[in-house]
Amino acid sequence: MRVNFTVNGRPQEADDVWEGESLLYVLRERLGLPGSKNACEQGECGSCTVRLDGVPVCSCLVAAGQVEGREVVTVEGLADYAKQRAEGGCATGACGTSLQNAQQWEAKGDSHTGEGTELSPIQQAFIDAGAVQCGFCTPGLLVAADEMLERNPTPTDADIREALSGNLCRCTGYEKIMDAVRLAAARQGEAV
Amino acid sequence: MSSPNGTPTKITQGSQTKGGIGESTLRPDGTLKVTGEFAYSSDMWHEDMLWGQILRSTVAHAEIVSIDTSEALATPGVYAVLTYDDLPTDVKNYGLEIQDTPVLAHGKVRHHGEPVAIVAADHPETARRAAAKIKVDYRELPVITDEASATAPDAILVHENRDDHHAGHVPHPNIVHRQPIVRGDVAEARKRADVIVEGEYTFGMQDQAFLGPESGLAVPEEDGGVHLYIATQWLHSDLRQIAPVLGLPEDKVRMTLSGVGGAFGGREDLSMQIHACLLALRTGKPVKIVYNRFESFFGHVHRHPAKLYYEHGATKDGKLTHMKCRIVLDGGAYASASPAVVGNASSLSVGPYVIDDVDIEAIALYTNNPPCGAMRGFGAVQACFAYEAQMDKLAKRLGMDPVEFRQLNAMEQGTLMPTGQPVDSPAPVAELLRRVKAMPMPPERQWESSEGADLRELPGGLSNTTHGEGVVRGVGYAVGIKNVGFSEGFDDYSTAKVRMEVVGGEPVVTVHTAMAEVGQGGVTVHAQIARTELGVTQVTINPADTRVGSAGSTSASRQTYVTGGAVKNACELVREKVLEIGRRKFGSYHPAWATAELLLEGGKVVTDGGEVLGDLADVLEDEVVEVEEEWRHRPTEPFDLRTGQGNGHVQYSFAAHRAVVEVDTELGLVKVIELACAQDVGKALNPLSVLGQIQGGTVQGLGVAVMEEIIVDPKTAKVKNPSFTDYLIPTILDTPTIPVDVLELADEYAPYGLRGIGEAPTLSSTPAVLAAIRNATGLELNRTPVRPEHLTGTSLSEA
Amino acid sequence: MDFLRPASWEEALAAKAEHPTAVPIAGGTDVMVEINFDHRRPEYLMDLNRIGDLSEWEVGEESVRLGASVPYTTIMENLRAELPGLALASHTVASPQIRNRGGVGGNLGTASPAGDAHPALLAAGAEVEVESVRGSRRIPIDEFYTGVKRNALAPDELIRAVHVKKADGPQQFSKVGTRNAMVIAVCAFGLALHPRTRTVRTGIGSAAPTPVRAKAAEEFLNAALEEGGFWDNGKIITPSVAKQFADLCSASCNPIDDVRGTASYRRHAVGVMARRTLTWTWESYRGTRRTTEGAA
Repeated sequence: MRVNFTVNGRPQEADDVWEGESLLYVLRERLGLPGSKNACEQGECGSCTVRLDGVPVCSCLVAAGQVEGREVVTVEGLADYAKQRAEGGCATGACGTSLQNAQQWEAKGDSHTGEGTELSPIQQAFIDAGAVQCGFCTPGLLVAADEMLERNPTPTDADIREALSGNLCRCTGYEKIMDAVRLAAARQGEAV
Repeated sequence: MSSPNGTPTKITQGSQTKGGIGESTLRPDGTLKVTGEFAYSSDMWHEDMLWGQILRSTVAHAEIVSIDTSEALATPGVYAVLTYDDLPTDVKNYGLEIQDTPVLAHGKVRHHGEPVAIVAADHPETARRAAAKIKVDYRELPVITDEASATAPDAILVHENRDDHHAGHVPHPNIVHRQPIVRGDVAEARKRADVIVEGEYTFGMQDQAFLGPESGLAVPEEDGGVHLYIATQWLHSDLRQIAPVLGLPEDKVRMTLSGVGGAFGGREDLSMQIHACLLALRTGKPVKIVYNRFESFFGHVHRHPAKLYYEHGATKDGKLTHMKCRIVLDGGAYASASPAVVGNASSLSVGPYVIDDVDIEAIALYTNNPPCGAMRGFGAVQACFAYEAQMDKLAKRLGMDPVEFRQLNAMEQGTLMPTGQPVDSPAPVAELLRRVKAMPMPPERQWESSEGADLRELPGGLSNTTHGEGVVRGVGYAVGIKNVGFSEGFDDYSTAKVRMEVVGGEPVVTVHTAMAEVGQGGVTVHAQIARTELGVTQVTINPADTRVGSAGSTSASRQTYVTGGAVKNACELVREKVLEIGRRKFGSYHPAWATAELLLEGGKVVTDGGEVLGDLADVLEDEVVEVEEEWRHRPTEPFDLRTGQGNGHVQYSFAAHRAVVEVDTELGLVKVIELACAQDVGKALNPLSVLGQIQGGTVQGLGVAVMEEIIVDPKTAKVKNPSFTDYLIPTILDTPTIPVDVLELADEYAPYGLRGIGEAPTLSSTPAVLAAIRNATGLELNRTPVRPEHLTGTSLSEA
Repeated sequence: MDFLRPASWEEALAAKAEHPTAVPIAGGTDVMVEINFDHRRPEYLMDLNRIGDLSEWEVGEESVRLGASVPYTTIMENLRAELPGLALASHTVASPQIRNRGGVGGNLGTASPAGDAHPALLAAGAEVEVESVRGSRRIPIDEFYTGVKRNALAPDELIRAVHVKKADGPQQFSKVGTRNAMVIAVCAFGLALHPRTRTVRTGIGSAAPTPVRAKAAEEFLNAALEEGGFWDNGKIITPSVAKQFADLCSASCNPIDDVRGTASYRRHAVGVMARRTLTWTWESYRGTRRTTEGAA
């Protein structure tokens, strides 16, 4: 079957989709957006978290056919999404306006760190706080944490833990992830 | 063929950063990882690629009567179906130390989930459906699941006709390896004991549960070879095992490290590597294999479950007299790293204590349970759980404080290991205990708030099981010792290639190693070392591949020590060559070129007095200096097979924990409130990464204390919980704050004085949590993980 | 496999009548796991997300009509006063991401004994509104669960909504899992006081082949409260009454040993949760009474 939907502000069409495919598979294998991760495919780890019409969901548990006509934001579009929000644009993810650099992922040039890439506050905080080790849980955590800070700009530690309880991390012991979210919240507070 | 999408690229960092050793330099791959651009092995994609699928055994132990692949082969979209009969050469087995693991089952399966056939098709669902159409007729055999069934007189042999190098000295063919260690006179020492405590302990099977499932892409090459993009811990070890099975020389099997989503020992053995290569070579098309979580539980080895029998004695003034122990590790169906795990378990079974008279035996069994091998802590974890429980029992019997009792018996620099090897670098065991005990305690009843109980702070959490009823606090301590690096005479080297040149007027350094970056931050540290040694800011880290010599494994807490050491060494050689060029060009202008100790700092050549002799850009001009060199730590020797004596280890790593828990004693639910850690790291090359390792290791220890266990049915040897629904790892709501006190006592034999750090915190975390639960409940608790039924007297079946 | 996308409820019923094997998918939190892990290959998947009516709720005089797909997050955030037991249960469902997608309709459709909503629905009292092209009917919750992962739906029927009685007294929900978040119930317990009818209702999850009520325990407690005049005098429930209630709740279980827990632990834990939730709800009832009396 064919599925049409919007990813990171850009209309996308996926063809020859098998009816049992998940949104996660379509993003990763058909649209060249492998940022959302495939750690458990049973909704237990959160590494595939995306926003579906603004709501954080496990993309492994959304059937591809269910996203017809809907808006998806993935980690690849998180920086632009946060920028738009900061600039007072639409924060629901349903704007559909031209997000610049809505990233069609591809292998980049030879020497590359992404240095100079514009990041959202939560992405920068994850790097600065040492919250990234293997990084496999990171995309899902970023999408979930960004959404929490959107709803609750001054979270307590318990609020952070509750909001991120659907995202497993096996490397960090979560302490640096707590630090990163606190840091992002503090920087967000300063910026206001 | 063309390069696939997701081919790893060089990473350059540092135009604005200083970032030498000792600084918390940020990860060079951090931006790629937070934007989703970092390509993990499962993200690899190639035009026209096929998907590989593995058919695994549905029973644990059986003869294969027949395999019929005809229907699978006839499925539209299927390109190949391979079984044992299709393997191209006489080499049909692989293994880390003993080549006992079939690439595809041959006539027999020895554990649940063993690979039997492989399929390549144009869509994963097509491959799955085709695999389901393969008909395998099994004739089931009795299963061997424990020591009694393995060593019974009439026991079926898991492996017939063993001819490996351990076969000759083991007491039974179903024992992979046995290591006794005898020192002093236990019978005599026992007489001096005023108290003797015994214990029988059980350690459950833990899974590494790395988040990135096993995966990779094999691309056939025009020269008949294959290029494998893979997530692994050791490229060259994989290569050594893969090439002979494919019938290719090693230079025709090119391997590039793809992004690795965690490892923790679980990627030390091969998983889908050979299968993907076989399918790619057979079909002439790129083949991608990605395990799902269910398959991942069958696709890698686990931590050895163990039974441990201990006896300790002590005098009434608290001095340990002797120790006897027997450690039985279940290695499962294939050897994997079992022999080395036995070596660790036996040689570290005393713990970080002074006991002169010991009688130790460790064995690993062959059974039909899932194969077990490397996992963070590697043999030392199981022993630490048991000996620390013994220390608490002794202290209690003697009426002593458990920390003081440990301090009284703590090992120091100079203490002899049970193997007779002296500990020749700092061993601050008593000091670590002192520090961890001195940390402030978390407030009592921290779950009370003005609006009543905050469920998130209570046992049971959001499940609303208690508002404070039945909740009792407990505190427990533990300390452990872990060896660093590969032991027992293994040639444990690494290779680094370092290049220096001037680009755009600036000196830049490129570091190329085959080190597997699995998340630990080795790439960060390599760049830091290059900056410190060569005085540049800009460092490029090349992707890890087999075009450079082996870096050894990312395991045994060894990479910063060994590959870090290799990078440091190669940098020093580059520096010498650069200085030679400088002397040649400018020596006549300044006498210091010949007489002074020269350093490279801030892009310049300077004397140790700080005088600038010239710019590196001027020294090098368009010359390129490149060195590739192997580097080794001090050699070790094997343990004597009878007495266990020998200088087997390189270095040790020590950590201590204090756990504070709250237990709902009626429901048996545990909330760990705090897990404080003190660890000696020798020298923190990157303090931020050091904390990340300690905290991460601590939580893996917490997991196996209260929830993590692969449950194998003792009647069928089948795995009962291969999913993240029923194999639980800690969430952020299960994880406490983890304050860390880092001690830096240099090891004079190690690069920069550093100490391998990754594993030690995993050791002491588990027994500290158990001790705290015992403290809260008064129960003996001789197994881990401890489950609610163990805390409520409801563990027996009603039937 | 075919993917059906009915745009309206009528279309969905027609499709289900035509293809009774079609598997409805809404939040996907059960169905997609089975598909991803190759446990299930339905001939038809029927997406219910396009039917807006299923995600709506309505608070009536007596009860709340809760659309089958109203996500747990919405229940937690919007129906805490009307359906406190279900709101508590909703908060224990898996993770925030799952609570954003899953709804009570899915729990009822799967009818797993471990579904978190069941004990709360049993304790509150509810009716399941199901419909087919043949017509609509309401199934009392007590008659809904017919076996392990089986329910009273006919092959051509779909779950449209649940009518849950509005709370007329305190309600509680407890669930035991071996992790502090994102965990399937080892066992669970729901309790609702109904002061208007002077009755108590219970619900037990994961401790029998289906979700069950502890009817003997309810009857005992109803009688004990009546006899002692507790509803009127607002006295503390005596420990012996609480203990007997707990024991009867344990006795009404018919649990099994499995990887999540032993049968005897489940029986034990249900008793502890029964005693605790009774204490919490009764204390809350006494508190409300005192406040009301104080105001009068």
